[in-house]
Amino acid sequence: MRSDRSAAAPLGLKIAAAAGLLFLHVPILLIFLYAFTTEEKSYQFPPPGYTLQWLAVAWNRPDVWQALGLSVRVASIATAVALVLGTLCAAAVSQTKFFGRETISLLVILPIALPGIITGIALRSAFSFAEIPFSFWTIVLGHATFCVVVVYNNAVARFRRVSGSLIEASMDLGADGFQTFRYVILPNIGTALLAGGMLAFALSFDEVIVTTFTAGQQQTLPIWMLEELVRPRQRPVTNVVAMLVVLVTLLPILAAYYLTRDGDQVAGAGK
Amino acid sequence: MSAITQTSIMEGRSGTFGRLSDFFWRNPKILLFLMLAPPLLWLGIIYLGSLFALLLQSFFSIDEFSGLINYEFTLATYRQLLIPSNFDIILRTVVMAALVTLAAAVIAFPIAYYAARYAKGKWKALFYLGVMLPLWSSYLVKVYAWKLILAKEGILTWVFARLHLTWLLDAWLSLPIVGGNSLSISYTGTFIVFVYVWLPFMILPVQAALERVPGNLIEASADLGGHPAQTFRHVLFPLALPGIIAGSIFTFSLTLGDYIIPQIIGSSRLFIGQAVYAQQGTAGNIPLAAAFTVVPIVIMGFYLWMAKKQGAFDAL
Amino acid sequence: MTTAVLFDKVSRHFGPVRAVDGVDLAVVEGEFFAMLGPSGSGKTTCLRLMAGFEQPTGGHIEIFGETAEGVPPYRRNVNTVFQDYALFPHLSILENVAYGLMVKGVGREERLKAAENALAMVKLPGYGTRRPGQLSGGQRQRVALARALVNRPRVLLLDEPLGALDLKLREQMQEELKTLQKSLGITFVFVTHDQGEALSMADRIAVFNDGRIQQLGTPEEVYKRPQTRFVADFVGSSNVLAPAFVESLGYPARYASLRPEALSLGDGTGSVTGDRKRVTGTVVATGFLGAANRVTVEAGCGTRIAAMVPASQALPEQGSGVTLSFAARDLHLMDEAA
Repeated sequence: MRSDRSAAAPLGLKIAAAAGLLFLHVPILLIFLYAFTTEEKSYQFPPPGYTLQWLAVAWNRPDVWQALGLSVRVASIATAVALVLGTLCAAAVSQTKFFGRETISLLVILPIALPGIITGIALRSAFSFAEIPFSFWTIVLGHATFCVVVVYNNAVARFRRVSGSLIEASMDLGADGFQTFRYVILPNIGTALLAGGMLAFALSFDEVIVTTFTAGQQQTLPIWMLEELVRPRQRPVTNVVAMLVVLVTLLPILAAYYLTRDGDQVAGAGK
Repeated sequence: MSAITQTSIMEGRSGTFGRLSDFFWRNPKILLFLMLAPPLLWLGIIYLGSLFALLLQSFFSIDEFSGLINYEFTLATYRQLLIPSNFDIILRTVVMAALVTLAAAVIAFPIAYYAARYAKGKWKALFYLGVMLPLWSSYLVKVYAWKLILAKEGILTWVFARLHLTWLLDAWLSLPIVGGNSLSISYTGTFIVFVYVWLPFMILPVQAALERVPGNLIEASADLGGHPAQTFRHVLFPLALPGIIAGSIFTFSLTLGDYIIPQIIGSSRLFIGQAVYAQQGTAGNIPLAAAFTVVPIVIMGFYLWMAKKQGAFDAL
Repeated sequence: MTTAVLFDKVSRHFGPVRAVDGVDLAVVEGEFFAMLGPSGSGKTTCLRLMAGFEQPTGGHIEIFGETAEGVPPYRRNVNTVFQDYALFPHLSILENVAYGLMVKGVGREERLKAAENALAMVKLPGYGTRRPGQLSGGQRQRVALARALVNRPRVLLLDEPLGALDLKLREQMQEELKTLQKSLGITFVFVTHDQGEALSMADRIAVFNDGRIQQLGTPEEVYKRPQTRFVADFVGSSNVLAPAFVESLGYPARYASLRPEALSLGDGTGSVTGDRKRVTGTVVATGFLGAANRVTVEAGCGTRIAAMVPASQALPEQGSGVTLSFAARDLHLMDEAA
C-alpha cells in the first residue's frame, strides 16, 4: 500500500517547493515584460510605460534577421547530422552486445559532460592547426558534435522499449532487415527521434560557448545577443530578441515532451 | 486464406535490398561496423582529435619575445599556472563552484522531494515541465534576465525599497569580497546567476533518486518516533545523496567551465573560463589557455571517480 | 510419413554454456509435438533454432527435407507464436494479422480479407480496428495465433503461449489449440514447462534437461514408462525408488518409478493377492487436494512414498502404521542402474 501518497505535504515543504519553482520561472517571465517597456537607456523597474514599437524596430533590423537566418540554418544541418549519427550509434549499442559499448556511451556523452569552453577551444585550435578557415561548416561541425548525445539519449531509451521480440516477430513473419526497419523499427522509434531532433535543434539554436570559438566573424543569434550583453547598444531590440529566443526554444521543448511523455523521459542531461 | 506456399524454404526478396538483407543477416558484425563507423569516426576524429591536440599544446610554451609558439616539450606552461595571479583564478573558480553546488542542492531538495513524493498525475507533469522548461530555455536569455533583475535600477532594488529594506541591501553591498557597487557587478550576483542557471541540473537527478525511496520507509522512521529532522538526517538524506552527487557533477563542471556569466554579471576578477578565453584570444597564448583547460578536466576526472565510488551514476 | 523438422546431432553452445547439446529429433508432418522441460533445459533454444533466430554450432537441421541452417527466419515458411505475443503496438489488430502477407507483397484487399478470416477463425471477428493495448491477455494470444496462421506456415512454433493466462482460460485455449491444429493439419511444435499441458495436448513429447533430450515418446509412454529419474520426477512427480529398495521388493537392483495414483492405502491388516506388492510404513504427512488426497509414507531406509487416495477414503492419522499396495506391473524399472 502506498497510502503515503495521499498524505498532505507539510506547509514548509510546500512553500519551499513553490518558492523554488517561482525562482526558476520569474526571471524568464520578466523578459516578456521588458520587451514592451518604453525605457530605452536603462533596466528601470517598474517600466515607466508600455509600447509595441520595439517589435517593429526589431523587425526592421537586418542584422537580427541575418543572425536568425544563420542560427536556423546551422541548427537544421547540425540536427540532421546529429539525427543520423545518434540513431546509428543508439541502434548499434542497443541491438547488439559487443565489447566496448560503455566506452561508446561515454564518448557520446563527453562533449556535453566536459565544459563547453573545452570543446570550443579544442575545436578552434584544431581548426587553426589544420588551417581550416572559419565558415558556416565549422559552426555546424561543433554543434553536431554535442547534439549527437541528445538524439542518442532519446533513441537509446526508446530502443530499450522496442523489445527484441518485435524485431524477431517481424522477421518471423517474412520481413527482411530493411522491411523490418521500415515497418517496425522506424514507426516505433519515430517519435523519440522527432523529440531528440527538436531538442537538438533547441540546443544548437541557443548555443553560444562553443560557437564563439568556431564562428569567426559570423554572427548567430546567441552571438549577436552576447555582443549586446557585453556592449549594450540598443537594449529594447535585445529585449525583443530575447523574447523571440524564449519562444523559439519553448515550442520544440514542449513538443518533445508531448512526444515522449508516456514512458521514457526527455533526456535529462542538457547542455 | 491465401498465399499458400508449399515450399518450406522460400526465395528471398530479389533485388539489391533482398541480397543486402541476407548479407547483413549472415554477417551481423559488418552491419554493426557500418552502423558504428560514422558516429565513431565523427566523434573520434573531430572531437577526441581536437581534445588531444589541445592537450598536446599545453606541453608547449610561448616565446615571450616573439609571441610565437615554441614547439618543444616543456612543463613550463603548467608552472605558470602556479604563479599567484593564475592560482588565484583557479582557487576562486573552485570555491565558487563548491558554493554554487551547495546552494543548488539546498534549493533543489524541497522541489525534488515534493515532486517525487507528493505530486501526482497532472501536478507531476507540471512539476516536470516546470523544471525542464527553464533547463532548456536559452542560457543567454536567462543570464540577460538576471542582468535586468540585478541592475542598480532593476527589480531587486525596487523590491528592497518597497519593503523598506534598502539599508539591508546597502549593508550587504558594503561588505568586502561579496559586495560591490551593485549586485550586477559583485560576486553575489555571479553566485546567484550560477545557482539559477544550473539549478535544474540538480533537481532532476535528486528527484530521480528520491523517486526510488519507498514512501513507507519514511513512515517507518516516523512510526519509530523519528523526529522529522532525524528522518531527514538518517533516512532521506543518505538515500538522496547519490542524486545530489550526480547533480553536483553538472553544477560543478558547468561552473568550472563557464566564462560568460562572470563576464556579464560580476566583478572584473577572472574565472578559469575567462582566463582561457583571454589567453587564447587577445593574449594569443594557446599553450597557457590549454593548460588552464586541463584544470577543470583533472578536477572533473577526480570528481567523477569519487562519484562513481559513491554509486552516483545510477541516479543519472 | 513426412518428416517436418529434423534435428541431426544439433548443438548450440553460447561460449562455455551448452544450451543445446547433440539433440536428435524428427517431428512428423501434421503432429502436435511438445518440447517439455524446466527453464534453461534447452527447449526454447531448440524452438529458436527451428525459427532461425539461432544458428546451430554443430549438427544439421532440415525443414521438410530442405537444409535450414544459414537460412534467415524471414525465408523460412515457419511461423512463431511468441511467449509475450510480440504484437506490433503501432499497428491495428487487422494490420498486425495482415503483416506477414503485406511484406510478401500480397495486395491490400486480399490480405485484409485473409486477415479478417483469420481473426474469425480464432473467434475474434470484428476486433480488427482495435490496438493491441486495448485487448486482454487471452485476446492478444489469439491475435498472435491468427497472425502466424494467416501465412499458412508449414510448421507453427509456439513458445509457452499459454504461460501468461489464468488457469481457466488456459484450459479453454488448450482445447481450442488442439481442435485448431487437427482441423488445419499444420504441424505444431509447442514449448512448455507445464507437464499437464504437454500430456493433454501433444501427440508426442520430448522431455528436455540440460540441453539434451531425456526421453521422446507419446504422453502415455513418457508418463507411465519414464526412462530416467529426471523424467519420472518432472513428468507427474512419480515416486523414484532407489535400487536397494527396489531389490527388497523382489525386482532387479535398478531405479524404478511408481505413480502415486497406482498405490492404494490399507490399514496394515488386510492381505493382498498374488500379483500385488505391498509396502508397510508410517504416515509422515497428509495433504488435502480435493478430488484425491495425498498421503506420504515413510517406508524405511529413508524411502518416502507418496500415494493418492480417493477423497471417499478417510485420511489416516499422522504417525499411524499403514500398508501401501500396488499391482506388480505398475512399478516401472528405469534404464538407469545404480
